[in-house]
Amino acid sequence: MRTRLRKWSLWLGAAAFLTLPLASWAQLSTFDIETRIGAESHVGNITGHAKDAKADYRRYCVGCHGVLGDGNGENFPWVDPKPRDFQLGVFKCRSTPTGTLPTDEDLFDTIARGMDRSNMPQWSTFTKQERADLVAWVKHFSPRWANEKPGAPITIPPEPEVTPERIKAGRDVFARVQCWKCHGVQGMANGPSAATLTDDQGRPIQPFNFTEGARPKCGDTDRDLYRIFMTGLDGTPMPSFADNIKPDEAWDLVFYLRTFMRQHSKEKELAKQLGLKPVDPNAPAPAASGQQ
Amino acid sequence: MHVKKRLQRCNFAYFATSLSAVSLILVSVVLTCSQPANALPAFARKYGLRCSACHESWPMLNYFGQKFKDNGYQLMNDRDAPIWQNPGYWPVTFRITPIWHRVSTGKVEIDTYSGGVVSGSSLQRVTSSGFDLSGLDFHTGGTLEKNFSFYVLPSSDATASFHFETVMARLDNLWGSPWLNVKLGKFELDNLLSEKRILTLTGNGGIYQLYHFIPVGDGNIFGQMGDNQLGVEVLGHSFDDRTRYSAALLSSNDGQVGLSYGNAYTGFFAASQAFDAGRAGVQRIGFYAMAGEAPTTWLTQGGILFQGANGTGPSAIGNKTFSREGFVGQFYFGPHVDLTVVTQHGEDSAWFGQGYGDLIDGIATANNTTGTTLPAGARNPTWNGVLFEPHYVYSPQLIFIGRYETIRMSQQANGPGSALPSASNLGNISTYTIGYRYNPFMTSRAGFAWHNEYNWLHQDGTAPDGSNINTSELLIGFDFDF
Ligand code: HEC
Ligand code: HEC
Repeated sequence: MRTRLRKWSLWLGAAAFLTLPLASWAQLSTFDIETRIGAESHVGNITGHAKDAKADYRRYCVGCHGVLGDGNGENFPWVDPKPRDFQLGVFKCRSTPTGTLPTDEDLFDTIARGMDRSNMPQWSTFTKQERADLVAWVKHFSPRWANEKPGAPITIPPEPEVTPERIKAGRDVFARVQCWKCHGVQGMANGPSAATLTDDQGRPIQPFNFTEGARPKCGDTDRDLYRIFMTGLDGTPMPSFADNIKPDEAWDLVFYLRTFMRQHSKEKELAKQLGLKPVDPNAPAPAASGQQ
Repeated sequence: MHVKKRLQRCNFAYFATSLSAVSLILVSVVLTCSQPANALPAFARKYGLRCSACHESWPMLNYFGQKFKDNGYQLMNDRDAPIWQNPGYWPVTFRITPIWHRVSTGKVEIDTYSGGVVSGSSLQRVTSSGFDLSGLDFHTGGTLEKNFSFYVLPSSDATASFHFETVMARLDNLWGSPWLNVKLGKFELDNLLSEKRILTLTGNGGIYQLYHFIPVGDGNIFGQMGDNQLGVEVLGHSFDDRTRYSAALLSSNDGQVGLSYGNAYTGFFAASQAFDAGRAGVQRIGFYAMAGEAPTTWLTQGGILFQGANGTGPSAIGNKTFSREGFVGQFYFGPHVDLTVVTQHGEDSAWFGQGYGDLIDGIATANNTTGTTLPAGARNPTWNGVLFEPHYVYSPQLIFIGRYETIRMSQQANGPGSALPSASNLGNISTYTIGYRYNPFMTSRAGFAWHNEYNWLHQDGTAPDGSNINTSELLIGFDFDF
């Protein structure tokens, strides 16, 4: 009887010992976040202050992104893709190179744009000041902002004129860097790798289907498309191609992507006139135009 | 990890702060952290949004909620079509309110007795109190497909006798433009300060007097902006909903089905523009105008109202005009304080003023038959009114509400030249309402408010002896939806 009791108390002691650090870790993380409440954002001539976004975050965002900004709001189980964990400081929509932090403007734009094909709404109803405050608030959840500066935004050359040659050249880029492996040869999100993709959290993720009429999450202007594949969507398998595609070719690729999209465009019309065929996955990769 | 989860589910810090503020008045409310089970309001659970995202305080919309509504109950994130929902999803919300209330009406003519028989009458204050129910609202709404939306609201009185409060389908974003949407059916007029989303529940405080005002003796029920109307509406807005407009063509029948009211139509037009004001928030100003015609002449058969087949009688004619117009302002002073102001100038044709108008409902006292003339001194009744509604939003879970409305006649139907000229203040109304709503929890699944409210209404000259009447009501209840 005695030995049993001792055995139990030993187990209990061990359990208590093991859970203690867990509990204090949770405390610490709240504490950590509190220490960064002075976070600011700078958008144009507006300065956002994290502390001023507290009420708005609680009213509008907390049900998904959670009190601690870890994406663990009450809707976490029901939402797919999952609400973003702001503590990680990893963002899809950036003007900055892959792996770096986004600029304040990037977050500012994202909040108003929302994220298509997800539960993240378009929060375009805030004043600019309120939105800048929310940017600062989003930043205050992650220690990354305390230690790193945002990356330098990539430079996007002015958009050239669309020509049939450029669309054809864009098709060659699409074939060479193998966008089709994920997105499929017709942009229908059915490439050979599509079914196996997971994001950084190990959750299954679909490539973008260009043909459905949906808007890309990170914006649907030509410049947005350029930025998307030249910076990548961090946290997802959608990589940055900044090292493989030259700026001029990048515009060709933008034009080619437009030919997949359901929305009416000049590119779509030209592609039709050209009788452009989808890339052949089995053909030898076309040589890069004067590359390397 | 567990600690972290618990922290989120049951945030004591939030409760503690709100509790300290309301503990004086809320002694009887038991605060628990339990999540409400299964039942779910339709939109919140469809999108995973908390009530507070769309409602300043449920059911009143905030700007984000207004935008959602203007988009046809869509977030515009390519997940609006019902096909994206779990097939078990059913877009239905129930709302009902068990209450206790005390109503006190001054100067009611009551029989007096002597020796067990009626000997006369006297004016008395009548006060009644007791437990009671509101009606049941059965909201169903959302999308049938992307850019095809609907709303159906069978609504009952407290005895479960139902009518259709709202039935409408909408074509959204025609030609891909938010500027063009069309809705058809029975719907609420585009009132920025929505009576259907009013935060108060008493008999006189649960409506906006401004939206229902009818001069004493007037027979026109058709200008009630607060009632849902049958018609077609074209509406549109800028992408971020800062600029919005609507134009509706309505049957002049105050939303009543059947064609009994004949061939009269009313137009309702509203527009508004919002402005950024930094941390103060988005401010909005707008105007509305309602102008219409409604019947005063009723066909009779053997002296009684003609009953046509299929509800087409008594086919009124003799249309006369009426109008209502005013400004609306929604002003925000940071996240806690806001003020809505609505003004109204109203005018009815002199015919309505003389008691011609809706004979079916019985408010009209005479039929405008061939050869009828207006009495001497008959004029168009006109009036001006204003409504102020300030809120103090302590948090998404606790709101304090105030309202003051006053409506003054500027021209009585019976002018100085008439046989019995009306006192210039006859029928003037002043009313105030104060109250608060406390939501002990705020999730994406159900809504529950502890509601407490007091209304006082004063009307000039409408007591049986021509003096003024004061009515008051105190109401306490649980307002919930799921
Ligand atoms: C209904 C759930 C929901 C609400 C409410 C919500 N979000 Fe989100 N949010 C999401 C989801 C889901 C994602 C991730 C989408 C994805 O990865 O495709 C996201 C992502 C984000 C991102 C990351 C963008 C990027 O580039 O990666 C930011 C920033 C953000 N939300 C801010 C906000 C703010 C600020 C609010 C409140 C004003 C808010 N969210 C409210 C669901 C929500
Ligand atoms: C390894 C697989 C993979 C490859 C290769 C790939 N993508 Fe993607 N791409 C994805 C995934 C996964 C997404 C979806 C990310 C999301 O929704 O968060 C995506 C999304 C996109 C989007 C939409 C982004 C948005 O904002 O919604 C565009 C545009 C795009 N990819 C273009 C390209 C182009 C152009 C190439 C070739 C240069 C390419 N992708 C190569 C996996 C890939």
